[in-house]
Amino acid sequence: MSTESESPVWEVFLQPKSGKPHEHVGSVHAVDAEQALQNARDVYTRRGEGISIWVVQANNITASSPDDAGPLFDPGDDKIYRHPSFYTVPRGVRNV
Amino acid sequence: METSEQLLEFESKIAEGAKIEPKDWMPDRYRSQLIRMMSQHAHSEIVGMLPEGNWITRAPNLRRKMTLLAKVQDEAGHGLYIYSATETLGIERSELIDQLLEGKAKYSSIFNYPTLSWADIGVIGWLVDGAAIVNQTMLAKASYGPYSRAMIRICKEENFHKKQGFEIVTTLAAGTPEQKAMVQDAVNRWWWPSLMMFGPHDAESTNSSELMQWGVKRKSNDSLRQHFVNITVPQARAVDLTIPDPELEYNEETGDWKFGEIDWNEFYQVIKGNGPCNRERIAARRSAHDNGAWVREAARAYADKQLTRQTTS
Ligand SMILES: [Fe+2]
Ligand SMILES: [Fe+2]
Repeated sequence: MSTESESPVWEVFLQPKSGKPHEHVGSVHAVDAEQALQNARDVYTRRGEGISIWVVQANNITASSPDDAGPLFDPGDDKIYRHPSFYTVPRGVRNV
Repeated sequence: METSEQLLEFESKIAEGAKIEPKDWMPDRYRSQLIRMMSQHAHSEIVGMLPEGNWITRAPNLRRKMTLLAKVQDEAGHGLYIYSATETLGIERSELIDQLLEGKAKYSSIFNYPTLSWADIGVIGWLVDGAAIVNQTMLAKASYGPYSRAMIRICKEENFHKKQGFEIVTTLAAGTPEQKAMVQDAVNRWWWPSLMMFGPHDAESTNSSELMQWGVKRKSNDSLRQHFVNITVPQARAVDLTIPDPELEYNEETGDWKFGEIDWNEFYQVIKGNGPCNRERIAARRSAHDNGAWVREAARAYADKQLTRQTTS
């Protein structure tokens, strides 16, 4: 029906309040970064949900694949010495 | 290609209550059922703006006008959240919108009824958004991550929709005899279509059991409908309005309000496109889309120009 080319997808990240990290909330379509910011403001922050917005064109994001989750993250599993609970402290010693 | 191993892993994730994310393996059927269901939901939010938009210019005072504008704007936002979530399944938004404009897509049949009086705006907020909240609260637990997150966002906004509607209903019900009659008339017209929003009986619902098996839906159509009736009847009584169902009766044992049979013939007629406003709704969406074409074109031309300036300077 429409012969229009679709504008690209931008992923939207919102910082809910000062001190909090930006968090992914969804996406918008926009022709450029400026319009993406405006659209993200209109769509995702009608009630003061955020104080800062990041928009990133979706095809600029490289994501790991769920199939690689094993090789990527399993090496962390057997390194329990990275956690404080691995270590023993003499009885009665505090604040170590 | 689906291997039984992948399917087993998928099913055990769902059984554990883990979410399925866009890049995770999923059965083709899960993907296509979600695209169907989520796009219908998105279309419903968008088409749902039309019956209420009809009264924005005629709201009785500034407070009502502001709230109605904000409410309708929220519905646009809801549509966009869900289109965005649907796109994560690998379909383009333009394709979904084309399906709607070509009349191939379904949307909630409730929006094919006309808004005849101002009282309809109150009753829609109370009953239609009320029914949507019951459904969406369940969908906030859906197994597909992006859908569930969109629903959580929507549910936070819906309570204002229902409350503003009930405030209009309360005001009219306590008003002049004419106002009371107007709101009762609106309840009479919207009650049954609101019950239809939950879809066919469980036994007749072709998609329901599959969607429940996959954790997209957590409750059946009939049980959601019963819950809606149970919470709504006391609200109607509180403002002295009558539910247009002579068979409505409280069951002490189950704690449920038993209600009469829905006119399923009407339900299927409206779904087939023969409701009072089906053609009008699609025509309105088409003209909005066509009238916005020059804006999209101008924005694209501007963006292209900026890009060439950047690269040549
Ligand atoms: Fe909504
Ligand atoms: Fe709503």
